[in-house]
Formats: sequence, structure tokens, C-alpha cells
Amino acid sequence: NDSVPHAFTLTNSPTLIVMVGLPARGKTYISKKLSRYLNWIGVPTKVFNLGQYRREAVQSYKNFEFFRPDNEEAMQIRRACATNALKDVVIYFSKEHGQVAVFDATNTTRERRISIVSFSKEKGYKVFFVESICDDPDIIAQNITEVKVSSPDYVNCDKDEAQADFLKRIECYKQTYVPLDDEKDRHLSYIKIFNVGSRYLVNRVQDHIQSRIVYYLMNIHVTPRSIFLSRHGESELNLLGRIGGDSALSPRGHKYATALGGFIKGQHIKDLKVWTSHMKRTIQTAEHLGIPYEQWKALNEIDAGVCEELTYEDIQENHPEEFALRDQDKYRYRYPKGESYEDLVHRLEPVIMELERQENVLVVCHQAVMRCLLAYLLDKTADELPYLKCPLHTVLKLTPVAYGCRVEHICLNIEAVNTHRERPGNVDITRNPEEALKTIPDHF
Amino acid sequence: IELSSVPQFTNSPTLIVMVGLPARGKTYISKKLTRYLNWIGVPTKVFNLGQYRREVQSYKSFEFFRPDNEEAMQIRKACASNALKDVVIYFSKEHGQVAVFDATNTTRERRVSIVSFAKEKGYKVFFVESICDDPDIIAQNIADVKVSSPDYLNCDKEEALADFLKRIECYKQTYVPLDDEKDRRLSYIKIFNVGSRYLVNCVQDHIQSRIVYYLMNIHVTPRSIYLSRHGESNMNLLGRIGGDSGLSPRGHKYATALGTFIKSQHIKDLKVWTSHMKRTIQTAEHLGIPYEQWKALNEIDAGVCEEMTYEEIQDNHPEEFALRDQDKYRYRYPKGESYEDLVHRLEPVIMELERQENVLVVCHQAVMRCLLAYLLDKTADELPYLKCPLHTALKLTPVAYGCKVEHVFLNIEAVNTHRERPGNVDVSRDPEEALKTIPDHF
Repeated sequence: NDSVPHAFTLTNSPTLIVMVGLPARGKTYISKKLSRYLNWIGVPTKVFNLGQYRREAVQSYKNFEFFRPDNEEAMQIRRACATNALKDVVIYFSKEHGQVAVFDATNTTRERRISIVSFSKEKGYKVFFVESICDDPDIIAQNITEVKVSSPDYVNCDKDEAQADFLKRIECYKQTYVPLDDEKDRHLSYIKIFNVGSRYLVNRVQDHIQSRIVYYLMNIHVTPRSIFLSRHGESELNLLGRIGGDSALSPRGHKYATALGGFIKGQHIKDLKVWTSHMKRTIQTAEHLGIPYEQWKALNEIDAGVCEELTYEDIQENHPEEFALRDQDKYRYRYPKGESYEDLVHRLEPVIMELERQENVLVVCHQAVMRCLLAYLLDKTADELPYLKCPLHTVLKLTPVAYGCRVEHICLNIEAVNTHRERPGNVDITRNPEEALKTIPDHF
Repeated sequence: IELSSVPQFTNSPTLIVMVGLPARGKTYISKKLTRYLNWIGVPTKVFNLGQYRREVQSYKSFEFFRPDNEEAMQIRKACASNALKDVVIYFSKEHGQVAVFDATNTTRERRVSIVSFAKEKGYKVFFVESICDDPDIIAQNIADVKVSSPDYLNCDKEEALADFLKRIECYKQTYVPLDDEKDRRLSYIKIFNVGSRYLVNCVQDHIQSRIVYYLMNIHVTPRSIYLSRHGESNMNLLGRIGGDSGLSPRGHKYATALGTFIKSQHIKDLKVWTSHMKRTIQTAEHLGIPYEQWKALNEIDAGVCEEMTYEEIQDNHPEEFALRDQDKYRYRYPKGESYEDLVHRLEPVIMELERQENVLVVCHQAVMRCLLAYLLDKTADELPYLKCPLHTALKLTPVAYGCKVEHVFLNIEAVNTHRERPGNVDVSRDPEEALKTIPDHF
């Protein structure tokens, strides 16, 4: 009787995603991004990065010679690291309720891949390979600059030394690199990504999760861009401390919308897309921007069901047990005749997918919705998500950088009520009203 | 400045160009893709070159398709021109957004000319090439759809088969598949052997990305889809819409009968899906098979009208009631949903239905109408009035280019919940006119 749809929970076998490719082909970037996405949609996923295992085993990195194919001693260490990583995968699946493990390593030889396939077969795991192939020297150089030069391996080197050594490291791998083969590997399940996504080869997708992974990988890109997140301007219901509803902006809300328009113009953003929900307050906010906007029903605020338009005091009075249950598990709790944060994530998934496809976007939305989007972008857990701070009248500018996202908070200096309610100390259904209402924000 | 209430998928119209030898599934893919795109709200139409050819020339034999048949070549080129002219009309005058050019398009010359044509008109082009070298699959395709084609009306099966195989040979002589190197700037998907493998190149926008995802999820393995509503509920008995009530005694009887019916079908690996509402779950409980609950399968949210009878809706919201009758597909209940919203929320269900094999979906009236409209290619106007009575299972089996439907009424009485569109949909109509078509209830 679970509330999470279908195929994920009914997947019997765990899935091992195996990255394949020379260094600096984006394997770690893809591994981290894919894990972030899968965890957000509710599929417990973890990355097992072989470089980290190697760094733990060989405390200090000297130079590329470690990676020479004739370096027997190093080969032993590297094989042992791979074995340890796979042992940890087994623990993750069997004892930690993991469903997907991403084995982030070069896996560039047939021999290595065959041994992984046997290992998985023996354990009953499904295997899906993700191979990244890139021969564009500019892209490689860019990758090296962005993430390699600052890697722990090169902590005491200057940029040029690091660059030169890394290029020699790549050469070591090239000598023994055998890509997945159209003929020989025709029974394996995989996706080959060519040149950061201009082209894909997809072979033998086995199930739903692999199909979703393929769809996701085919929609992401690395073109520089920024995502702007903002709530609607302060609304009439916000002023009264009431949740939900479909009210208009307050006078201060209108001021914010104008200020937001000014801010956006000042950013000189190329081809900005603006998205709103279907609710008056986001539409009124977007109206002030003077830019065309698209309305998404999926961006509507969480449906509070029987609690729509109530104040927290009303909720405590009329539904004290529900109020406590919500505090016990704010992510999974579903308002009677309403939604949960978990439901919200599911309805926002197509928005996230389109956000990945797009470039510069401003999303004008709502508190719970913004928390969900932010959790996806900043890799926050389900426990953290419902308590993320998303105040009114503040724009967040998120810019992908290296493996993550840089966040700039821009408060546009228009006063607004606070709508953030922290988790109170006592979440027991037996608590008294003062304890329940301890953390509610002020309102008129 | 509001652009649209549904996110825009594309600004320029898109021309999907099928590529492949005869009997490679091009028409199957064209029709299925078109059905899907229309259902999700993207106006799409197929332009099948064979139909254009049949209009100007009655088919004699494969000789028409010989590459050295100059006269025939002229006719075929003219047909292609006419088809593309109709594409222009579809885009510029009929609000079309996607056109599927269903023809072999097997030569580089033909494809180059289509790309120029599209560039000149400002259309995006996306190629879908189907490559198959499995003789069993080809033979199956020919038996399924070619032997019964209008071209072979007066032939027996063996004659038709022999002629068609010679037809394929004619095309093979000049077939040049999309090339990895030479065509690296074109946008396309190559489908190998009915989907074991795909090559995707230069996807340009959202609609192409959705098309690729859809094509990668469909399959041709024989299977059946069973659709049923929950058993009659207590609210059904009272003529009330929505809510989350339990089954009536007759509803429980139906669930038991459904279980028996399902067992008798001896269905291999049947998946059962329900919504999160009591009445579908209670129905599935009687089946004795594991089931999955999908929130997306919940009945349409009637907002302020939840749990009302039609009489109460007329009493309390007469104007809304009339507006709904005016445009039942797009009308959204205040604080509720429209059929159009329902289709959007059901899209992931449809996608998973495509991936699966034998499935029984236990759902609700409006939801079932949406799923049925997708499976049977019904328009947005027909959809909200499709008949989905209680206590009747539908068995849908893909066959040739469509779906065979079997209605299985399990002989347990239930109220009727189907309300036809009344004659007068004006907001000024009086109550009797509004309530003329409501079904009986207790």
C-alpha cells in the first residue's frame, strides 16, 4: 500500500550502472547528476567512485606513472580497489536498501567489463553501461581545467603541471581502451554518448528504470546557463497567515514583482524563458516582467486539501492530529484530500526534465514547489527538503559549476511576511496547542 | 503576456520523415506516433505516400516500382510533391504542428530535397529510420498488413506475398540508409530490429525528445490490455460524483466476478494497476493478484462539485454546469481538473502501459475514457462522452495498425453513470433542460 508509484518499488533486482570512458569524458559529472536525479524521484542511488578508493589506498598521488599499463604493482592496487568498491555495492544493495549503484570508473577494458558482468549475474543485479566518447580536444581541455586541475591528486601542483600530467594519464588509458562493441557487446544493455550528447547509441533497454535513465541522459546538456527561482510576490493570504488558496498579490507583492522585473532586466539574460503556475499570484508576478511567460499547472502550490486557506491556528484547532502527523513526517504526509511533498516531486518531474533541456529560465512558483525544485538542484534529501528556506521576495540564481551548483541569494529589499515554519520540538499527537504553534511565523 | 496554458512544445512545425524499405513498420510507427501526439495535445497528421499513389494509379504488379520504370517514377515524384503540398496546407491553414511523411524515402536524393523544402518553409525535420534484416519479422509484417492491402484486393495470399517480396527488391537496389558521417547534421533516430537498438542524432527540441522517448518505449510483443472501472460504489448508487467511497454489495459481487473472469483468461504475467482510491483498491483485492497503486489513476477532481449529485450541481453552480456541457474536454471544475488536465497526468501511465505486456487497469469513468481515447484514437470531442459503463471489462488487443476491442459484461447489475450532452448547453437554459440527460439513481 505504498504511495510511490509502481515500477520502482516493484523492481526486483537492483541495478548496477557501469560508467565507461577515458578520463575527462564526464563520467563523474554524469554519475553525480544521474544519482541526484534518481534520488530525487525516490530511487535510492549511490555513486561508487574508484578514484576515491584509490586515493584512500595510495595516500599520495605522485604522477601519471601510476597509471602506466605495465605498472604491475599499481595494477594490483587498482584491482583491489575495484574489488572493494564492488563489495561496498553489495552492502549498499543488501543492507542499505539501495536500488541503483553507479560504478564511476574508466572500465575501459573488455576484461574489466566482463568481470563486472559476471559479478552482477552471480548476485542477480541488472547491469547498464553508460559510455562517454569524446574526441573533441576543446571539450577535454575544458573538463580538465574545470575539475581535474583542482582534484586532490594535484593539490600541490600548478595548473600547467597538473594539465600536462593529466594528459599523460589519459594516454596510459588510451593504449588499452576498447569501447563497447556493436557486434561483440550486442547482448549488453547500454547507452553510448558521443560528444556531450549530439549523438546516442542505445542498446537493449531492459526495464522501466533503464528507460528513464536513458531519457534523462538524453535531455541533459552542459551549455552554460542560469536557473532563477522565485516565489510569487507576497499575497493577500500570506498576509493573513493562511495557506494555499488562489489569492492576488498584496501591495508589497506588486512592488516585489516590479523590482523583480528591474533585477531581471539588469541581468541582461540571453533568451530568458519565464514559467509560472496557473495561480493568480504567480501570473500577476510575471505580468510585471514584461516578458512572455508560460503557465504550468504542474507548478501549482501543494494542495492542502481540507486545510486549504486555513491558518496554522485553524489547523491546530480543527485537525490537531493531522497537524502532528505532518510534523512527524513532513515529506510523506498527505493532507486529507490533498497532496504530500512526495506527490509534489512526482508532479514536478516533467518540469525538471524540461528545465534540464532549457537554458536560461526563471521559474516563478510557490514555497513547497520551490523547495522541491531546490532540493533537486542542490541535492537535498527528502528529510531536508520540506524545511528548505525559501522566503518571499528573494530570488535564487543557480549556476551549474563543476559537479554542482553555485547559488546566489538576491533579496530585493521589499518587506514581506515570513512564511517559514520550523519543525517544533514536540511532534507527538498528544502535544498541547502551544507546543504545536510554537514555531508558526507571525501574520496579520 | 500569456503565451499558452499548456507549455509550448515547439514553435516551428515539425516534419517527421519516415525512412526504410517496405514492411519495416513505417506505417505502424507513423500511425502509433500520430495517435500519441494527438492524445497529448499536439495536432499531428500522417501523409501516407502509398495512398496518394493509389489515388492516381491502380496497382498491377511490382513492376511499377522498378527503378528503371521512368513513367512510374514521374508519377511517384508527383505524388510526393502533392503530399508535401498538403503538408504545407496542414501547417499553414489547419493549425497542424507535426506532419508525418510516411514513405520509403530511401534515396539520399529524395531526403536532400525534403530537407531543402523544409528549410525553405521554416519547418524542423526529424527522420525516423526503421532498419530490419530479420526475415521472420518481415514475413510477419507482410502477412499482417500487406497481403490485405488495397493493392492486393484480387490476389490470393501467395501471389501477394511473392509480388511484395519483389517490390522490396526494387527498393533495395537504390536504398541508402542515413549515414553516420554524411548525415551527422541531420536530426534522426534509427530503430534497429524492432527496437533492440537505437541510434539518436542531434535531437533539436522538446517535441523531438518526447518522440524519441515514446519510440524507445513501444514494442510489438503480442499482449492484451484490460480496462475496467471499480465495482459500483456507494456514491454511484446515490448519483454522486467523485469522493472516495467503498463498494456497494453489487460492486463487491462484480469484483469477485472480475477475479473469476481474469483467472479464466489464463493471462501470462498479468500486472494489475489501481488508483489510490478505496473503490479501485477494494475491487483489486478480490482478484487475489498483487496490484500496484498509481495516484495518477485517481478519478478526475471535481473540485467544488465533489460528492454532489447533478441536481445539486445544477442548483448550486448552474452556470458552471452549462459551461461544462459547452466544452466538456477543456472545462475545469473550480478548484478541480479538466479532462485535458487528466490526459496530462495520465501520460506517464500510458508510457508505462506501452512498455508493459499484459496489464489490467482498474480505474474510474473519466480516467478510463482518457485511456480508451488514447488506445482507440478518439478525438478530444469524443473522449468525454465515451461509454465506459460499470461492471464491464474491456479487453484491447493490438492487431495490424489498430486495436481489437472486446466488451465483457460480467452480468452484475449496476447503476448507469453516463450523462449524454443535453440539447441545450446555454447558460440561460432552465433546470429541466440541464437535467434532461442525467442517469437514474437512488
